[in-house]
Amino acid sequence: MMDLSSINPVVLVAALMVAATPILLAAIGELVVEKAGVLNLGVEGMMITGAVTGFAFAVTSGNPYLGMVAAATGGALLALIFALLTQYLMANQVATGLALTLFGLGFSALLGQGYSGVSPPRTPRLDFGWLAEIPVLGPIVFRHDPLVYVSIIIVAAVWWFLRYSRAGRILRAVGENHDAAHALGYRVRMVRVAAIAFGGACAGLGGAYLSLIRVPQWTEGMTAGAGWIALALVVFASWRPWRALLGAYLFGGIVTLQLTLQAAGWRIPVEYLAMAPYLVTIVVLVVISSGRARRTLAAPGSLGRPFHAAG
Amino acid sequence: MKRRQLLAGTALALGLASGFGTVALADDPLRVGFVYIGPVGDQGWTFIHDQARQEAEAHFDGRIETTYVESVPYGADAERVMTQMALSGTDMIFATTFGYGPDVNAVAARFPNVAFEHATGYLQEEPNVSLYNARFYEGRAVIGHIAGRMTETNTIGYIASFPIPEVVMGINSAFLHARAVNPDVNFRVVWVYSWFDPAQEAAAAEALIEQGVDVLMQHTDSTAAIRIAQERGVLAFGQAADMSAAAPDVHLTAIINQWAPYYIERIQARLDGTWEARNTWYGIGDGMVGIAPLHERLPDDVRAEAEGMIAAISAGEYHPFTGPINRQDGSPWLAEGEIAPDGDLLGMRFFVEGMTGDVPN
Repeated sequence: MMDLSSINPVVLVAALMVAATPILLAAIGELVVEKAGVLNLGVEGMMITGAVTGFAFAVTSGNPYLGMVAAATGGALLALIFALLTQYLMANQVATGLALTLFGLGFSALLGQGYSGVSPPRTPRLDFGWLAEIPVLGPIVFRHDPLVYVSIIIVAAVWWFLRYSRAGRILRAVGENHDAAHALGYRVRMVRVAAIAFGGACAGLGGAYLSLIRVPQWTEGMTAGAGWIALALVVFASWRPWRALLGAYLFGGIVTLQLTLQAAGWRIPVEYLAMAPYLVTIVVLVVISSGRARRTLAAPGSLGRPFHAAG
Repeated sequence: MKRRQLLAGTALALGLASGFGTVALADDPLRVGFVYIGPVGDQGWTFIHDQARQEAEAHFDGRIETTYVESVPYGADAERVMTQMALSGTDMIFATTFGYGPDVNAVAARFPNVAFEHATGYLQEEPNVSLYNARFYEGRAVIGHIAGRMTETNTIGYIASFPIPEVVMGINSAFLHARAVNPDVNFRVVWVYSWFDPAQEAAAAEALIEQGVDVLMQHTDSTAAIRIAQERGVLAFGQAADMSAAAPDVHLTAIINQWAPYYIERIQARLDGTWEARNTWYGIGDGMVGIAPLHERLPDDVRAEAEGMIAAISAGEYHPFTGPINRQDGSPWLAEGEIAPDGDLLGMRFFVEGMTGDVPN
């Protein structure tokens, strides 16, 4: 029964990357938003909106890549509603984010009517030719769909942007101390709106990964809490891009490993493993809402605080 | 008719139906609320409950008014939703998942004039709580038989939600009937600890297929797993609803939940003022469990066997849990020819002999 040989570690690693990609995309977007000092709890809503817009456009046009562009656009548009409410109308960020999730779930159900039971166009895996035939390395590195690579490229780009680019430093300054950034002449609101839109686009892309590649189909409520896990992941990663990648793959690893062990007939305490990601999420969300813990975790100084230009 | 009148009379005599007698006289439509665990678009469990709700509304044509709340987790949320329904004048509430049990009874105690109907539960602490369930294990016996005949790798995958009697019973029924026609067959069970999580269900399906499973069954609500089966060319069965649209090539059949006749009967009773708490457990013969059309790829003999089994169960000639059946540890459960008592089935927390793996706590 405890037969290890039936589990192929190469397949496992490849599968965990696939399982991790939707939350990685959503998390890296939210990371930028939070680095700019904004807490958008509407990740789940933006993901599901991306999932449905991406699905609808891909089915209508027959092109999955067009669907992905539409998903990113859809997520960004929804995020801009959040930006309008919180940055210009000074609505509370936490409440607005939660409302965005509820709105996204309902809105996507409405948009998705008529798309259940429909098959999306296939997203082909990238063809790396002989590279994909390399033992071990081939299946892990060179046999994925394009979005897996895109997600890693986005992580690298965000890391470079935040660390080395001038615009990235401005964004961080806005997130650390918006009053000081404003005094220096940076346009706090504009920077934040741009960050929020980027976060929405990434979340939308993460949602499309679920509906176009992971599950491939549209089902109401199909994100089933992935947005919340992405939110927790940002804190887990202490707002560092590569750690977000690590955290996402760790999460994907737990999910994939426990399912694989079960399928292989291992006797493992599934109930705890299945609960683990959600328990960690709850703990992290509690921690993020406490001021002292936020400081020790090196959270952006102005995270979640409203900005009044008059200050 | 006579029995219903008798029951109503008894209920009145016991003073249980004090609030129920007046509804039919009022001009207002009867208000019926539905509480769902998943979204109405899940294409499975909740979808089919909502279809039944719509059928009931069409049937009563203006005499009732229905509302529903979807994606309600059990616990505090379910209690709040049902309380809100009761406070806003709902006369009858259908709570459609196992986990709502304590919440239904808590709200029922506070609103004795509201009739509660709880699906697949076992808690009946208040006189205004009715239970209804379907003998899904009858359908599981049929698909288990088909799976046992169709598998080539002799490994059948089963995506299970939670280790509750309902699910354990289904696994046992399917396994017994697969083994009966194929002594080499083995089941691989994956618990996903969710009724509805498409990404997780898809991942479980893939993990099982990697392990050499060539027939897939599920006790979760979405079409994600069967969709993966379609992509990978693995045979599968729909759950709760006909899921052939998601997997036209591999959907051998599906167990279909047919709630509408029951909903119509119970709402009618509430309209007539004769509603009283019951404990209903209907199967294929009563029309609550349906079997979707068998896929044309099934060989003629398998098709005939499946149809024969459906007919025998339907006529009450065959019970899927007929002894001799031993528990997993080898201890006897049912003697030769003995039929499982309903109580044993509703509390089932053990696998039958031959199953591998444990039922988690």
